[in-house]
Amino acid sequence: MTTSQTTIDPGPAVELPTVRNHPLDPAPELGALREQRPLCRLRYPDGHIGWLATSYELARALLVDPRFSVRRTRDPVGDPDVVTALYEAVYALPEHGGIIILLDPPEHTRVRRELAGFFTVAGVGGYRGAIEGALSEAIEEMKAIGPPVDFVDVFALPVSCMTICKMLGAPGEDREEFVRPNAVLASSTSTVEDKVAALTAFLDYCRELIAEKRVRPADDLLSHLVARGELTDDEIAGVALQLLSAGHDTTATMLGLGTFALLCDRSRWERLRERPTEIDGAVEQLLRYLTILQAGAFTRTACEDVEIDGVVIRAGESVTVSLAAANRDPDKFDTPDELDLSGGASGHLAFGHGRHMCLGQHLARLELKLSFGALMIDFPNLDLAVGGDQVSFHDGEDLLFGVRELPVVW
Amino acid sequence: MRIEADRDVCIGAGMCVMTAASVFDQDAEDGRVLVLETEPPEELAELVREAARLCPSGALSVLE
Repeated sequence: MTTSQTTIDPGPAVELPTVRNHPLDPAPELGALREQRPLCRLRYPDGHIGWLATSYELARALLVDPRFSVRRTRDPVGDPDVVTALYEAVYALPEHGGIIILLDPPEHTRVRRELAGFFTVAGVGGYRGAIEGALSEAIEEMKAIGPPVDFVDVFALPVSCMTICKMLGAPGEDREEFVRPNAVLASSTSTVEDKVAALTAFLDYCRELIAEKRVRPADDLLSHLVARGELTDDEIAGVALQLLSAGHDTTATMLGLGTFALLCDRSRWERLRERPTEIDGAVEQLLRYLTILQAGAFTRTACEDVEIDGVVIRAGESVTVSLAAANRDPDKFDTPDELDLSGGASGHLAFGHGRHMCLGQHLARLELKLSFGALMIDFPNLDLAVGGDQVSFHDGEDLLFGVRELPVVW
Repeated sequence: MRIEADRDVCIGAGMCVMTAASVFDQDAEDGRVLVLETEPPEELAELVREAARLCPSGALSVLE
């Protein structure tokens, strides 16, 4: 399989660049690699030498190629002992059968197919009311507290949590049951003991939820899965963990970082406020430009030798695809390093590509679109309460990159 | 132009529907593609090509 006429010289191994010059731009070395050696050798924290792909074309080709596995993946950052221990712990649990990001076909196909019907473009439209309800509550709360507020704590997190809770049929006030353990799991600095404890707590909560749905079914996703009887209770608990985790953290991070991006240069906010019909294209540009899954797509392992652009990836080697680098590829996007809210981001890889492309992407889009729309109506004068350089961001080695807090006024 | 959809490969991502809603739909049960117009009119050709490009599983082929 080839993607272009050029044969790539992969060169010496690098470590994944994670240090940013500007909070809204990926590490600058990623762009340099994309230009010179878009498929290069990558040294992983355990010493393994694998591969890093940074161009748009290669990212798509690698993520759609069926010869790669996601099982027991190798993270390009973080303490390898912690990562290995956590994956060992997860795969030993029967619930892992519902955590689709950890699965290959045929198991992956079977579970994803059970879930896909809830996340269709039309299907997520059914949650518009739930999202609007969550938005109303968050906006009321912001007004009740009065400026300044921490936008993450008062808006971003509650809106995303309420939405996924409503969809799954989890009580909204149960937020802390999964937000806290999820943060520990996603953190680059937690110990293995902390992470295993968090995983256990998170799964205990999910098991309770499923047990509740067996006894008191309601009109929600988890109840429907239980009633259908295609997945075991263990698998449904794993699904609950997957959806509660992926369903709140990512959207909350996009809401926080997206609002920061719109306010740190207020001409962006003003422009979008004046052109509400451009919201869809603006959301796609924010997704592309920010690419919050900063270490890239979950690392794949080659199941057999894969030849690409004159390079041979050997069976067993790890491949990390930098979504952020791919999303700034000038071969694909005009003015890739600008946030042009008028559009042009179609085809971006912020949600990934291939069979693991984000299951919740249409729900995410709807939440983002409705959230920014509501904010612009209710808080037209929204602004940062502190200078942009005083905002604290996630670490370059955390799973997601966003704002930890965002003090705003209006 | 003719559209072919491989429903075994399709993962139900819905990028095709997002791109060209008059040509594609999704099965409400498992999200898999339903091609509403296998031979779409010329004015939709570019959108259909974009839909095929965006498909994350490679399930869509466009025969020109």
